[in-house]
Amino acid sequence: MRLLENTWNDWLTQTFWTSLGQTLQMIGFTLIIGGGLGLLLGLTLFATRRGGLAENRIVYVILSVLVNIIRPIPFIIFMTAIRPLTMAVMGGYIGTIPAIFPMVIMCSMATSRLVEQSLIAADPGVIEAGRAMGASRLHILTRILVPEALAPLILGYTFLFVGILDLSVMAGVISGGGLGQFALSDGYRKFNDLVTLVSIVVMIIMVQCVQLLGNGLARLILRRR
Amino acid sequence: MTAQPIISLRHVTKNFQTKHRSVHAVDDVSLDIGAGEVFGVIGYSGAGKSTLVRLINALESVDSGEVLVSGVDVTKLGDKQLREVRSTIGMIFQQFNLFSAKTVADNVGYPLKLAGWDKVKRQAQVAKMLDFVGITDQAQAYPSHLSGGQKQRVGIARALAHSPSILLADEATSALDPETTNEVLDLLRRANHELGTTIVLITHEMGVVQNLCDQVAVMEAGRIVERGSTYDIFAHPRYPATRRFIQTALRSHPGPDTVQRLHGIHPGRLVLMTVTASSLDSEAFNLAKIAETMGVTSSIIHGSITEVTGRSLGNVVVELVPVNTDATDAVDALLSRLSDDGIDWTDLGTRDHPRPDPVWDQTTGKDAESEDQR
Repeated sequence: MRLLENTWNDWLTQTFWTSLGQTLQMIGFTLIIGGGLGLLLGLTLFATRRGGLAENRIVYVILSVLVNIIRPIPFIIFMTAIRPLTMAVMGGYIGTIPAIFPMVIMCSMATSRLVEQSLIAADPGVIEAGRAMGASRLHILTRILVPEALAPLILGYTFLFVGILDLSVMAGVISGGGLGQFALSDGYRKFNDLVTLVSIVVMIIMVQCVQLLGNGLARLILRRR
Repeated sequence: MTAQPIISLRHVTKNFQTKHRSVHAVDDVSLDIGAGEVFGVIGYSGAGKSTLVRLINALESVDSGEVLVSGVDVTKLGDKQLREVRSTIGMIFQQFNLFSAKTVADNVGYPLKLAGWDKVKRQAQVAKMLDFVGITDQAQAYPSHLSGGQKQRVGIARALAHSPSILLADEATSALDPETTNEVLDLLRRANHELGTTIVLITHEMGVVQNLCDQVAVMEAGRIVERGSTYDIFAHPRYPATRRFIQTALRSHPGPDTVQRLHGIHPGRLVLMTVTASSLDSEAFNLAKIAETMGVTSSIIHGSITEVTGRSLGNVVVELVPVNTDATDAVDALLSRLSDDGIDWTDLGTRDHPRPDPVWDQTTGKDAESEDQR
């Protein structure tokens, strides 16, 4: 029995590569779109908060409550809960591409807080200097604050990568494909621990690579200054 | 130096709401600052001077009143027009507020970039400004590699890059050591002389005012309690807070402990006199001679005379003893004669009957060392 369980064959190899491709696709799209939306949302939160550059209590409270409501929902529940919306936006809800939609939403929520926190930690003196020079609010946000907070932002996005990988694995549960589905369907459900092990190792390698890259970039930026 | 007012504040009021109360940061202040002047605003922390200076470039909005900059009321401007006015007002800060993500050259070039200068013109102007402040060799360095004095030089180069007509200096030397402070003050003086920049300088260090300012306003609890030319304020301060500030710069005004010590040594009547350029010149201050003719011996027992904006100024404590020990009126007669001659004096009493110096009556403003974060 045991020999039979931990086998590897050409079909598994093929499935593995397909799954890896799907995972990279999900992570890539989520990181770019969700990360981008999260950056916008985070900048808006930062600008509209009390004493901010464009203080606006109504906007801040609405966005803040939205983020606070969505973020704690377990992703596996969230995916199923917004299925009608996914259907409407993506034209379907099964498969890798539709799975990206809930991932993007969840990712942008997490990113927004991360961006907001990174900007809060930046020296408020540079905002005042920018204002005194006659820079516009948008200019101050994008050309002064984002560069000032670049190192913590990069570290934040690096940290986020692990979270997105986690989301992509859960997407596998609802037929999103990817290494998660590979590990669950071909590993766990078929008692093939080798498949699970391979999936885990690959994911660890991915996380390590991204972490090294992120740390390296952040260090480069900080050392240069 | 005084010319057309380039900055005019008219009945300006600004309050800050805290949880429990409303703070009058600026309370009905009216002020004219002439073009080409170096105008100092001195006050203890929390006096409202940081807020006052931020009203000029509208970083803070007024609650009421007018703030005219080159004739334009900045309180009435929209966001876009306000940004244009701000680009003609440079500002430097206590903590420098340099962009840590940008090189020295990029920091200095930033206001020019905002103003839409092309790269070639920008580089030329940046080079000129770096040369003006003397840090050309650090052009490609990042601010964290610079000393405090160098950082403020970059701040000044950045603030002056766009050739503003006004420079606001918010405690620009408070984070610097005395030697670096002098270098930065020299630089500001050059900006005033060579570029004709009007400078509004906020400080809690009277030495900075003494070194640099033509005019000075003393602020306390949101109000301007005294203002005038630097020499006049130094020579004839009327307000206790002003006197205390001046004491920190001149060091010749004895504190209560010193007076007590002097009483211990000298039993006679001690009188504190302010020595000004005009009193030094006039016959009236030939005190020893006058005193002698009125039957009083006088001896200087404490004090010093220094220079403020190029003119002599100081304080001396003299002991006055009647030659004839029974003639106790002689000293009073001498003092009223001095008053008639326009000499400022403060009676410190005798050992047996000491009189407190009114300057030290108030206990406010002991924490002048650190400017609070608003």
